Amino acid sequence: MTILFDGIAYGMVLFVLACGLSVTLGLMNFVNLAHGAFAMAGGYATAILMNRWGWPFVATLPLAFLVPALIGVLLERTLYRRLYDASHLDQVLFTIGLVFMAVAGTDYLMGSRPQLIRLPEWLSGRFEFLGMQIGRYRLFIVVVCGVLTVALQLVLNRTRFGSRLRAAVDDPRVARGLGIPVERVFMITFAAGSGLAGLGGALGAELLGLDPLFPLKFMIYFLIVVTVGGTTGLTGPFVASLILGIADVAGKYFVPDLGAFIIYTVMIVVLVFRPRGLFVRS
Amino acid sequence: MPSKAAVSRLSTLGRWRLAEILFWLAAAASVPLLTEHHLVLTEIAIIALFAVSLDLILGYAGIASLGHTAFFGAGAYAAGLFAIHVTNDPLLGLVAGAAAAAVLGFATSFLVLRGADLTRLMVTLGVALVLGEIANKAGKITGGADGLQGVFMAPILGRFEFDLFGHVGYVYSLVVFFVLFVVARRIVVSPFGLSLLAIRDNPLRARAIGIPVNTRLTAIYTISAAIAGVAGALLAQTAQFVSIDVLAFHRSADALLMLVIGGTGYLYGGIVGAVAFKVLQEILSVWTPQYWTFWIGAILVAIVLIGRQRIGNGVMGIWARLLGKGGAA
Amino acid sequence: MFRRTILRGALAAAALAGASFGAAAQEPIRIGLILPLTGPFSTTGKQISAAANLYVAQQNATVAGRKVELLIRDDTGTADVTRRIAQELIVNNKVTAIAGFGLTPLALATAPLATQAKTPMVVMAAATGIITERSPFIIRSGQVVPQIAYPFGTWVAQQGMKRVVTIVSDYGPGHDVETFFSDAFKKAGGNVENIRVPLANPDFSPFLQRVADAKPDALLVFVPSGVGSQFMKQFVERGLDKSGIKLIGTGDVTDDDILNSMGDAALGVITAHHYSAAHNSPTNKAFVEAFGKANGGLRPNFMAVGGYDGMHVLFEGLKKTNGEGGEKLVDAMKGLAWESPRGPISIDAETREIVQNVYIRRVERVGGELYNIEFATIPNVKDPSKIK
Repeated sequence: MTILFDGIAYGMVLFVLACGLSVTLGLMNFVNLAHGAFAMAGGYATAILMNRWGWPFVATLPLAFLVPALIGVLLERTLYRRLYDASHLDQVLFTIGLVFMAVAGTDYLMGSRPQLIRLPEWLSGRFEFLGMQIGRYRLFIVVVCGVLTVALQLVLNRTRFGSRLRAAVDDPRVARGLGIPVERVFMITFAAGSGLAGLGGALGAELLGLDPLFPLKFMIYFLIVVTVGGTTGLTGPFVASLILGIADVAGKYFVPDLGAFIIYTVMIVVLVFRPRGLFVRS
Repeated sequence: MPSKAAVSRLSTLGRWRLAEILFWLAAAASVPLLTEHHLVLTEIAIIALFAVSLDLILGYAGIASLGHTAFFGAGAYAAGLFAIHVTNDPLLGLVAGAAAAAVLGFATSFLVLRGADLTRLMVTLGVALVLGEIANKAGKITGGADGLQGVFMAPILGRFEFDLFGHVGYVYSLVVFFVLFVVARRIVVSPFGLSLLAIRDNPLRARAIGIPVNTRLTAIYTISAAIAGVAGALLAQTAQFVSIDVLAFHRSADALLMLVIGGTGYLYGGIVGAVAFKVLQEILSVWTPQYWTFWIGAILVAIVLIGRQRIGNGVMGIWARLLGKGGAA
Repeated sequence: MFRRTILRGALAAAALAGASFGAAAQEPIRIGLILPLTGPFSTTGKQISAAANLYVAQQNATVAGRKVELLIRDDTGTADVTRRIAQELIVNNKVTAIAGFGLTPLALATAPLATQAKTPMVVMAAATGIITERSPFIIRSGQVVPQIAYPFGTWVAQQGMKRVVTIVSDYGPGHDVETFFSDAFKKAGGNVENIRVPLANPDFSPFLQRVADAKPDALLVFVPSGVGSQFMKQFVERGLDKSGIKLIGTGDVTDDDILNSMGDAALGVITAHHYSAAHNSPTNKAFVEAFGKANGGLRPNFMAVGGYDGMHVLFEGLKKTNGEGGEKLVDAMKGLAWESPRGPISIDAETREIVQNVYIRRVERVGGELYNIEFATIPNVKDPSKIK
């Protein structure tokens, strides 16, 4: 049971990290390999605030969202928007370039050592509940991410903004004709996606580690989540994250020798049987 | 029944242009002129061959792959193991590498044929990553993370021994590269190659006019895998060593980057990209060994922003003039 | 035909080289330093290059009356690149010796080259046992894994522990730690269970859960240095520290480079290693201070000391040969003994392997900072894998 819970927590972190990508890639059809760089920015924001200025962990989380979101807006305005219509290969080239710059730049500014954050007392340790060993921090992650997921779903499906976004994605020209400020919608979406990645980076720093190579190390994981989940809405990536998280943790527990194969095998199997991911818009 | 026009069009396509001839003459000239740089040139030739193999599937058949290094690695390990356990004749080793990669390519092509771009990227990537893990786990055979050692190559054709300066290695790599390039070039201007272009541009219509889409894709995927396998085998033979990172993700990604920089779909893109990327990397990494990746990144961003098209047009303008001359001659 | 061209080219190159050497006996001595300076192992490269630069600066960049030039190159941790760079340094830059080598496969790929070119090769970081057997031109200045793991196994058994679970990263050095620790521990009557984890593994929870279920006396861990802190935090997070399972390991886990930022999770961890920045000797104090001063307060770790001593071996050897390289230099370096920042060390004349003390240390807080405090010494350990 503890394994199941750990898997869920791991999956949740993956989801928060990747959901921004599923928005840009799935909805806006932009291959943003630099997504992990925004996650890293959030992680570093938290690490710097905590280690240099002694902020409490929870207080840094809003900034871990805001800083990458602002960087996101800036880059979206200046660079990304020019490439919405470019070919996928150009987008790959461009965002990989950004990743390289982010990696080397962070290394230069912060050093290549991994950044460590210290959790407050009330988040460390674990307790027993119905015979399950539950890590406090993991529970915290599950709760935060759960709330975020519900909120995102609501925003996307129930609010005016959500429907505008969906319209803008489906057919930008018609949407523009209907008076929807497509560019603004895209900008806000992009910023939110970057911010979420940053938040994921801050929350995940404890479990996944944080160093300048973060964007490269986890790029593959993000892509796996998005492709397995399918590129429509957030349900797909959410379910995919959970499946991958649980499969990975359980697999490593029960057959440690095959540990590294599991996540890739799951991906290949899913994609072979459902080439467009688990959830496809009909 | 192909029409006369089609036949003549094919033969025009297949004709060698002046610029191409000049390019290969320049490559040959690097043998006596750039003796100091033969080692890095060998590396470039191998990567360029790898990028060309990727161009065959990406540029001509429209299959994007992030796991092409699976075949590069398979070729490298096959050639290395072949040299240790069977015979250390280099040419036979190349055949072994090509065969192993081709078998693997054929087997995995069925996974790859399904799905769209992103799915293909991820499936190919997954295949390569799983292979990497297998190579790591099968330490008894592959040497695991320590790499496969004890690869000693016999002299090529029994005469030319691999030397410390890397001269023989370079000439050998260059010749193999040239031969395979000619093969690849022949393939893409054949009716088979043209049918691939039709599939790339519109699979549905291609099917409708009677092109056996899946068979064709499987065929080109297998061929491309075999060529990538030869590139891997060349690396194993010239380095006399196979390390596990022949299967690493960054090799696939690098090849894709080079190909995109150089441009897809005309075979020379991979070469141009490989030369540009490696030369830049050499210069930058001597200049600032710790932070050269930053500048590479900045250059990539700049390329995209200025527009590959625009840079390409500049180059292509010159190219076209040369081509025109070549065509007229 | 090709052969003739090549021969001619080679001859011309040799003639040129000869001419330039003849013209100036005062050509600087060049030493090639090949390290992973980018990529996942870049901290290794940075520590070593910083230490090597420090040593060269301290010697005013001269040895045996000649200038010394250090050529530092990045191999990105990719074996064929390491080999190619080594080859270029030897052929084009005419280096007297090559040094560095952050990882085992990188060293192994280059070893045949050292033999072929008769160029001494100083391995500063890569730590698997077989490396020095791959070429008679290899000298090791860092550490050998069995040298640490084997005596540690014996020591742990002597402390009365009966059951140990090992968790190691699934690659060469990890396997070495597992094998040699287990051998020694079993020989002393203990019981071991081995677990291997993938090298790129962000979440240790499933493995730690297995350990929690097995309830051993101690858990031995070996993971690449950066990952160690994550491991320790998750160890504490699961409450394993309070369940009476001792966390032990080789010093890689409590790497001085990042130890201080690990926080209280690291307190009390017991490790065996050859170097601690807190080693109590005047030589070490001077080294730590000079290193910190030259690198913005950075604390040297075991990689740095490997680089520093590696340069020392080269310089002492060059003094003896009066700047000459090749086999003479290797012979001159064999058998050298001196007081290093880590304590007394020597180069085994037979195996060309480093002989050094292995210290048992505990992580403690000293003056607000975390350090590995040495409390037991196993003197003059030779690599046990080479004692027949």
